[in-house]
Amino acid sequence: MIAPMPVSLLINGEPMDAVVLPRLSLADFLRENLKLTGTHVGCEHGVCGACTIRVDGEIVRSCLMLAVQAHGASIETIEGLSDSGEVADLQAAFRQRNALQCGYCTPGMLITAQDLLKQSPVPDRAAIRQHLSGNYCRCTGYQAIVDAVEATAKARAGRSA
Amino acid sequence: MKAAAFAYARATSVVNALELLAAHGDKAKVLSGGQSLMPAMNLRLLSPDLLVDIGGLAELQGVAVKGGTLVIGALTRHVDLLRSAEVALHAPLLREAAAHIAHPAIRNRGTLGGSLAHADPASELPACIAVLDATIVVRAPSGERRIAATEFFKGIYETALLPQELLVAVEMPARGKGSAFFFQEYARRHGDYAIAGLAARATIDDGRFSDLRLGFFAVGDRPLLAAAASKLTNVSVTPTVLADAAATLVDELDPQGDQQASPAMRRHLAQVLLRRCVAALLARPDLETGAAQ
Ligand SMILES: Cc1cc2nc3c(=O)[nH]c(=O)nc-3n(C[C@H](O)[C@H](O)[C@H](O)COP(=O)(O)OP(=O)(O)OC[C@H]3O[C@@H](n4cnc5c(N)ncnc54)[C@H](O)[C@@H]3O)c2cc1C
Ligand code: FES
Ligand code: FES
Repeated sequence: MIAPMPVSLLINGEPMDAVVLPRLSLADFLRENLKLTGTHVGCEHGVCGACTIRVDGEIVRSCLMLAVQAHGASIETIEGLSDSGEVADLQAAFRQRNALQCGYCTPGMLITAQDLLKQSPVPDRAAIRQHLSGNYCRCTGYQAIVDAVEATAKARAGRSA
Repeated sequence: MKAAAFAYARATSVVNALELLAAHGDKAKVLSGGQSLMPAMNLRLLSPDLLVDIGGLAELQGVAVKGGTLVIGALTRHVDLLRSAEVALHAPLLREAAAHIAHPAIRNRGTLGGSLAHADPASELPACIAVLDATIVVRAPSGERRIAATEFFKGIYETALLPQELLVAVEMPARGKGSAFFFQEYARRHGDYAIAGLAARATIDDGRFSDLRLGFFAVGDRPLLAAAASKLTNVSVTPTVLADAAATLVDELDPQGDQQASPAMRRHLAQVLLRRCVAALLARPDLETGAAQ
């Protein structure tokens, strides 16, 4: 059916039921239906990374996933990561190092950087650049973003040592 | 842009997916990871009436060694190729290639079956499975058929798959540590589609290739198993032998020009890759520069 379909999912830990058209992307569902506008939409074909979110703990492009495909999944957006404090230190480092200007890329950058830091606690700059290679920033020139991620990694390693 | 309206069906089994495909013919499209299909739909290059989502089918998941064969389910994601112990042991080429596919968020959803069915000539995995002597297992309502990887790719985005068929698995000999591998590609940025690339498998005895398969990608309308490899097999490779093989390679190639590279640049890069590959596999750094023209 082209008709709307029911979906049940977790959004930032909260159970949610909705009825959506099959063509609705997960990005648009989050932004338009749930008003979670921290997930940004740039290219809508997977290239820019602004729409990056977490699905069942793994980062994905929300512009390339349908809301109906998220049935039964646990979705985490920048609002969730921000409210829980999970990325508070990363956010502070971004601010301190001027790793954002217009902020359009920032939610995707933060989620992708946090994904790297979970997998590899003290990545070198090349590894940081590689993990962030799918996230475009049109303002900063990336240097400050890599600085902020590197500084956060070192600070976290220091704390856990 | 946004995709045009379509209907969506979550397949409950392979049989159910095949029924849906049979009922809707070429108006339906299979949805696996969506990492090629969704961009094409959002760009309105494609607007199927029905998406048959096979993403949840456990039958199509998993990597296993059965007898002497490595069997990789169609829904194995690029990230799974990076993590699988079986792949690391028996087909490390796939692991190396997967690291060059797109970016982490895309590798978390894109699948082996989707990449092969999509058949982008710049894709890494089609060339790898041709090099690895793989067989593609395809299911239709009438039963299963097996297609050699070398017969599967027919052109740009074209394969031997029929609209009512599902790619279910890829099988290849489980080689263990018997072979040596080489993988390299040129791309403007890590994760971009290649401008030119080479995946190779070799058996080396006494400093000579007793077997060599060279799979070039992004230099033609489908992966190319280069006949130039025969010039390098069972001979002592000298700069002259290598130059002769490189000349043969250039004659075999029919690269396209696009905004990334001209056909001449692609031919040049393919030769550079060939020299690097032979030098690396034979551990003869002299050959990489020695054969330069
Ligand atoms: C920004 C970006 C960069 C990328 N870079 C690269 C790259 O460098 N190299 C690379 O190789 N790929 C790249 N990709 C594509 C990615 O690898 C895709 O995952 C892959 O091409 C398709 O796999 P999928 O599972 O997402 O398939 P889908 O998008 O779901 O499907 C692709 C096509 O195959 C068909 N199909 C899928 N599964 C089956 C099946 N089991 N049986 C029959 N038909 C099937 C679909 O109907 C569709 O026509 C990139 C994608 C993006 C968005
Ligand atoms: S909007 Fe999803 S990657 Fe650009
Ligand atoms: S801060 Fe403007 S795009 Fe990155």
